[in-house]
Amino acid sequence: MKILVCITHVPDTTSKIAFTDNNTQFDKTGVQYIIGPYDDYALARAVELKESNGASVTVLNVGEAETEPTIRKALAIGADEAIRINAFPSDSYFVARQIANVAKEGNYDMILMGRESIDFNGGQVHGMVGELLNIPSISPVMKLEIEGSTAKMAREIEGGKEQLEMSLPFVAGCQEPIAEWKIPNMRGIMSARTKPLNVVEPFEDDKRSEVVSFSLPAEKGSVKMVDSENVGELVDLLKNEAKVI
Amino acid sequence: MSVLVFVESDEGKVKKSSLEAVSYGYQLKNSLGGSVTAIAFGTELDDAELADIGKAGAEKVLHVADSKFNQGIIQAYATVLAQAMDQTGANTLVLAKSSLGDAVAARVAIKTNATLASNIVELPDTSNGFEVKRSIYTGKAFATVSLNGEKRILALKKNAVDLKEDGEAANVEQFAANVEDNDFGVNITATEKATGDVLLPEADIVVSGGRGLKGPENWGMIEELAKVLGAATGCSKPVSDMDWRPHHEHVGQTGIKVAPSLYIAIGISGAIQHLAGVNSSKIIVVINKDADAPFFKAADYGIAGDAFEVVPKLIEALKTS
Repeated sequence: MKILVCITHVPDTTSKIAFTDNNTQFDKTGVQYIIGPYDDYALARAVELKESNGASVTVLNVGEAETEPTIRKALAIGADEAIRINAFPSDSYFVARQIANVAKEGNYDMILMGRESIDFNGGQVHGMVGELLNIPSISPVMKLEIEGSTAKMAREIEGGKEQLEMSLPFVAGCQEPIAEWKIPNMRGIMSARTKPLNVVEPFEDDKRSEVVSFSLPAEKGSVKMVDSENVGELVDLLKNEAKVI
Repeated sequence: MSVLVFVESDEGKVKKSSLEAVSYGYQLKNSLGGSVTAIAFGTELDDAELADIGKAGAEKVLHVADSKFNQGIIQAYATVLAQAMDQTGANTLVLAKSSLGDAVAARVAIKTNATLASNIVELPDTSNGFEVKRSIYTGKAFATVSLNGEKRILALKKNAVDLKEDGEAANVEQFAANVEDNDFGVNITATEKATGDVLLPEADIVVSGGRGLKGPENWGMIEELAKVLGAATGCSKPVSDMDWRPHHEHVGQTGIKVAPSLYIAIGISGAIQHLAGVNSSKIIVVINKDADAPFFKAADYGIAGDAFEVVPKLIEALKTS
């Protein structure tokens, strides 16, 4: 079984978000980068499937050279090899085309990724890849089991979940609790150094959108505290000041 | 501008978020000219409910009255939406972000060669091309994005536009969808869903509980408070990780992102990952016994007190007000 796991290289969830160059560039000062948290779930499930069912796991990232430490971490967690498409992932259509191109050549049984990246929050790439390859795309997937050539999944819907079945191959946008995040051990970190990481140039440069500028939300005013002995005042404020009830 | 709006329903009612999408389409038409057509699926919507989509601004409602669409088969929905865009000559598809909408929109974008933008928070600026404002970094920032191409798909975040309610009832027409077996290659074998509850992503008021509530047995007062307010219930990540509450109630960075008018957080300290899921709320109320809880810094109103004393008093005060 061949599994392709697509990962993003994104700021840590605790990062302070700021912009430079007249609000046209993300300010990387002091920012730690991680594997996208949702992608990390997809990777963890792929490594589990490798252990339980036998599989090879290829990790794919569309990113510039700075993403390589993040890719090495994915190798340390248990992926066997990596591909980096050497381009900045600014447009989801562009990224989906790159992934579909790699997937076509590699004949993967499944393509896993996070439900969305936590920087641009598009949540589009898995569906686009599924359509480009004319195979099912399911998201957000919270459970994935493989039985022979059949995949059994649970997909989260508003207020609950659906159980689904389909034949391989497929694309899944993953989220918790599909697997527990894996922390690389020393042996994984050592072996990751020598695992293949192939750098490929993008096959086309067709982008459909461009960022014009960034902005930050308005600052919150200071909190108004209400005495715990006088809860009625809160009801009054919500009704007459905030006008939300 | 010829606009098609994808309308979703739940328990026989059109979703409020979808009516917002219709209202958004109506605003586009008002400023740019053209027409607004809505499309709804399945056999659970009656004629009156379908015609009422017009109140939000649609002139016409296309109805795919096929029970196969009572389930959210992603590929089949994508096929029909692409056909409907083609047949109505729509250059813009508008929809509300949802678990089905997101999954479907990406496929429609490829089928129709359209540019997709999601998490849109306001009407576009068309003075120089077509620019939309999107929420990014999980609500911590915005990006203004220019969309290329002749066609576009706009997936809206909640509250991107005010709901229009004063339009005329719309004409409802059957839409003959041309679907193939391949569109139904995914088999939905079971659906587990809480019925009768306010759906969390749709809710105008959300009451969330955290570890401060000490155990799942104490959720009765959270549910009662939610009931008094007509609110949905949510929870923090530790609470769903410990299985005190189901995952579809987890609000936060890796859970549901909510954007209600009022978010009430009870016994939640306010980790940055939780704040990422609630930072689009209009008003935030925090009830926590630790007066130094970081959540108070992100709140509009706060009560430093024991939830087990404050919440019953709050329920009482709401009932008598």
